Amino acid sequence: MALLDIADLHVHFHTFEGTAKVLEGVSFSLDAGETLGLVGESGCGKSVTAQAIIGLLPRPPARVVQGRVLFEGEDLLQKTEGEMRRLRGSRISMVFQDPMAYLNPVFTIGEQLTDVILAHQGEGARGAIDLVWRRVWAKADLAEARRTAVTLLRQVKLPEPEERLGSYPHEFSGGMRQRVLLAMALAGAPRLLLADEPTTALDVTIQAQILRVLAGLVEAQGIAVLLISHDLGVVSRACRRVAVMYAGTVVETADVRALFRTPLHPYTQGLLRSIPKNVRRLETLQGIPGSIPSLVSPPAGCRFHPRCPRVMEVCRQTAPVPVPFEPGHTVSCHLFPAT
Amino acid sequence: MTTASVSWWQRFREERESQLHELQRSLSAVFRNPLSVIGLAIVCLFLLVALIGPWLVPYPEDATGATHLAKKLTAPNAQHWFGTDEVGRDIYTLVIVGTRLTLRISLIVVGVAMVIGIPLGVLAGYLGGWVGELIMRVTDVFLAVPGLILAIAIVASLGPGITNAMIALSLVWWPGYVRLVQGKTLSVKTESFIEAARGVGSSRWRIAFGEILPNLASPILVKASMDMGLAILGAASLGFIGIGAQPPTPEWGAMISTGRNYLPERWWYATFPGAAIFFTVLGWNLLGDGLRDVLDPRSRL
Amino acid sequence: MWVFLGKRLLLVLLTLLGLTVVVFVVSHVTPGDPARLAAGPDASQEQIALIRTEFGLDRSLPVQYAIYLKGVLQGNFGRSIRTRRDVSDDIKVFLPATLELVFFTMGLAAVLGILFGILAAAYRDTWLDHLLRLVSIGGVAVPMFWLALMLQLLIALKFNLLPSGGRLAIAMSPPTTITGFFLVDALLTGNWAAVGSALTHLVLPALVLSSPSLAAVTRMMRADMLDTISREYVVNARANGLPERLIVAKYVLKNALIPTVTLIGLRYGWMLGGTVLVETVFDWPGIGLYAVQSSVAADFMPVMAVTLVIGLNFALANLVVDLLYGVLDPRVRYA
Repeated sequence: MALLDIADLHVHFHTFEGTAKVLEGVSFSLDAGETLGLVGESGCGKSVTAQAIIGLLPRPPARVVQGRVLFEGEDLLQKTEGEMRRLRGSRISMVFQDPMAYLNPVFTIGEQLTDVILAHQGEGARGAIDLVWRRVWAKADLAEARRTAVTLLRQVKLPEPEERLGSYPHEFSGGMRQRVLLAMALAGAPRLLLADEPTTALDVTIQAQILRVLAGLVEAQGIAVLLISHDLGVVSRACRRVAVMYAGTVVETADVRALFRTPLHPYTQGLLRSIPKNVRRLETLQGIPGSIPSLVSPPAGCRFHPRCPRVMEVCRQTAPVPVPFEPGHTVSCHLFPAT
Repeated sequence: MTTASVSWWQRFREERESQLHELQRSLSAVFRNPLSVIGLAIVCLFLLVALIGPWLVPYPEDATGATHLAKKLTAPNAQHWFGTDEVGRDIYTLVIVGTRLTLRISLIVVGVAMVIGIPLGVLAGYLGGWVGELIMRVTDVFLAVPGLILAIAIVASLGPGITNAMIALSLVWWPGYVRLVQGKTLSVKTESFIEAARGVGSSRWRIAFGEILPNLASPILVKASMDMGLAILGAASLGFIGIGAQPPTPEWGAMISTGRNYLPERWWYATFPGAAIFFTVLGWNLLGDGLRDVLDPRSRL
Repeated sequence: MWVFLGKRLLLVLLTLLGLTVVVFVVSHVTPGDPARLAAGPDASQEQIALIRTEFGLDRSLPVQYAIYLKGVLQGNFGRSIRTRRDVSDDIKVFLPATLELVFFTMGLAAVLGILFGILAAAYRDTWLDHLLRLVSIGGVAVPMFWLALMLQLLIALKFNLLPSGGRLAIAMSPPTTITGFFLVDALLTGNWAAVGSALTHLVLPALVLSSPSLAAVTRMMRADMLDTISREYVVNARANGLPERLIVAKYVLKNALIPTVTLIGLRYGWMLGGTVLVETVFDWPGIGLYAVQSSVAADFMPVMAVTLVIGLNFALANLVVDLLYGVLDPRVRYA
C-alpha cells in the first residue's frame, strides 16, 4: 500500500474576483521511503497541494470540493483538526521555503526546537499546559529535550550545535536556518516530509549541501519526501520519481530518467526544451508560447490546450484523465487516450 | 495641434492622468467604508453649519450680546433646545455660532502649521546635510513636550485670548508636519524617477517641489484631516482652562468652562457644547481614518 | 548597544538644552516689562528696580539666558507670585501627586488595553470586536475635560458612587510620607482606610486620563495580534504539531506585545500633557493644576518650570522605551 495516495483532489479558493479553481483533479501516490518531486511553474498549485495534505489550507477562502488524501490508508480530509494536529510533526512534517520568515525572530532556536521535541515526546497528544509544565518544572524532560535537539542539529550538519542553541534566527545564514527548519520538522520522526521549495531561497552551492543533507536523512531514516520545486534540475538530482503539474492538474508522472528520455506530455516536452543544460549547443532555447491561464475562468477541457502545439478538437471540450503509458509512467493527455 | 492652443487644464490632465485616475478610484473606495462615510457626513454637516448656521439660528440677537436675565439658566425646553445660560442667552444659538469660530480656529492653526512645516520638511529631507540636521533638531526640541503644555506656556507668556491661542497652537503644530514630510521625502528621494528627473537636468527646486511634494499629497492629506479634529480639541482645551477664547465669545471650550460653575443642577450648560466638540472631532477622525485606509494603508500603525 | 545608548543620551541632553532655550525665549516675548510682571501688580517702583537687578533683567539676553540656565541646573526655577514660594518647592509638593496619577493610569491603560486588544482580535468581526472598535474611536475623539465633567456629573454628583475630587476624603489625613504616593504609602504602613480612600479617588481621574491611551493600545494590540497570527512562523509552528493555545499564548503574544509595550511607554508623555485638564476638573493637587492656575494668573515662572519638568520626564520615558525595545526584541540589540 502506498504511504500517500492522492485521488482526484479538487480545491477551490473564494477570491474577490470570483472562485479560483486552484486544483482540478490532482492524483499521485508516494511509497514509504520514496522521494517524489512535484514540479511546475509558480502558481500551478504545488504548495496548495502540500497544504491540503497537511491540513493547513486557509480554510475560509479555501475549500476542498472533491477528492481523497489517503495517508497510511486513512483519508486525511475526513479528520478533525485535533486529529490532524496529532499527525503534524509526528507522522507528517513540512519544511518551507523562506527560513527567515518561518522562524520566530524573538525566540532562540533552542527554545523553538525543544518546544517541538517536548510536544512529541512519548505517546499521546501534548496539550499546551502539559508542555509549559514540562518546560518549567520537569527539568529532566527539558534536559533530555536539549540533548535531542543537539542530536538533531548534528544530523542536519549544523556546526557547533550546543553553542548554537542559545542563538537567535537572525544570527544564522540562510543555509543554516534551513537546516534548523529541517531539524524542527524531523523532531517527531515523521514518516512523510513535505518540502516546499526548500532550496529556492538559497545560493546554488548551499542548495547542493541542503539536498545532500536531505538525501542522507532519507537514506538513514527511510522517510518519504515530497520535494516541491519549480526547478527541474534540483528535482532531477534529488528524486527518483517526478510528477509534473500545470495549472492545477498533474499532467505527467514518471521516473526521472524515463521523463527525460521520453517526455510524453507536450507541456513536459516544452519544459525540457527550455532548460539550458538539456539543449545542445547552438540550438536556440525555446520557451512555451502563451501564459498560464486564469484560475477563475480557466480554459474548457484540457487547461493546456491554448498553448499546446498538438492541440486537437477534443482537447477544447473534455479534460483528459491520467492514463498509464508504461508501468510507472502516467500521462494525462488526449494524445494518449484510455483504451 | 500646437502647444500654444492646448489649454493649461488639458495639459495638466494629460500629465497627471494616471494620478487623477488613482484619486478617483481612492475616493470611491472611501465611500465603501461605512465609518468613513459617517465621518464625511459629519464633516459636511459641520462645514454647512459653520457657513450658513449663523443665519438660521432662532435667537440671532443672543450671539451679539443681548441678555434676557429673566430667562437665565432655564432647562432645555421647546423654545430653547439646549437651555439658556447665566444671562438668558439661548445655548443652541451660541453653539451654532461657535461652529464657525471653531472652523476658523482649526483652519488657521492647521493651515499655518502646513505652510511652515511642509516646506521645512521638504528642505530637510531633500537637502540633508547640516541644514537638514539643524531643522530636525529644532523640530525635536518643539516635540520634546506634549503640545498642550507648550501651548499653555506660550499663551501664559503672550496673554490670554483667542489670537494668542491660535499663535500658540500653530507654533506647537508645525513640527509634526516637518517630521512627516522629511521622513517621506527621504524615502521618495531614492526612487528612480527622481534620478531620471535629475538626469534630464531639472533644478533642485523643481525636483523638490514639483516631483517629490506631489507624492506626499496622500499622507499630508490624511494627517491634515486628523489634525483638524486635534486642533479643535486643543483650542477647546485652552478655552476650557481659561486662557483661550474668553467668555462671552461662544467658543465651545470657554462655554464649558463657564458652564462648569453651574454643575450639577444646571447640567445642560456644560453638556451640549461638549457634545458638539465630541461629535465634530469624531467626524474628522473617522474621515481621516477612512482616507488613510485608502490613500496610505501601509502607514496604519 | 552602549554606543547606541550613549548617542541617544547625548541627543536627549541636547534636546532638553534646546527646550530651555525655547522656554527662555517664550518667557521673554511677553508684552510688557518682565520686571514689573515678575514683581506683581502692586509692587512699588523701588521693588521693581530691585527685581530688575536681582534677576539680571538689565543685562543682555544671552547673559540672562546663562543666568537662567545656571539656575535651572541648580534646581532654581524662580519664585511664584501666586503662592509666594520658590517654584522648586511648589513642584516638590505637587509632582508626586501627578506621578501617582499618571503611573496608576498607565497601569490601567496597559492592563485594559492589552486585554481589550486580545479580545478584539480573538473575536474578530463579532459584535464584541465592533463594540471595542467604537470605544477606541470614541476614546480618541472625546474631549478629555468634557468626559471628566460628564463622569463627575453622573457618577459622583448624581449617583454618589465615587468621590468627585481630591486625592483623599476631606476629613482624612494623608498617610506617613515614604514615597509621596498616597496609595503606596498607605499600603506600606498598613493604613487600610487610606488605601480605600486613595483608590476610590484615583478611579475617575485615571479612567478619564487613560481614554486616549486606552484607545490607542487596544487598536495596536488588536492589529498586532492579527498581523502576527498570520505570519509564517506561526504556520510553521502549526505544521510542527504544536498545540494552538501554546502558539497563541507564547509565540504570537510575545511578538505582538513588543510594539504595544513601547506604545504604552510613549503614551506616558501624552498622559502628562493630559493632566492639566484632568487635574483641573477633579481638583487633583498636581503640577498640571499648578500650571493651569499659574497661567490664568499670568504667573509664568511656574508654567515654564512645569514645562521643563514635563519635558525631562518625556525624554526619560522615550529613553526607557528605547532600552526596553532592546530587551524585548533581540534583533535590535545588534543593530
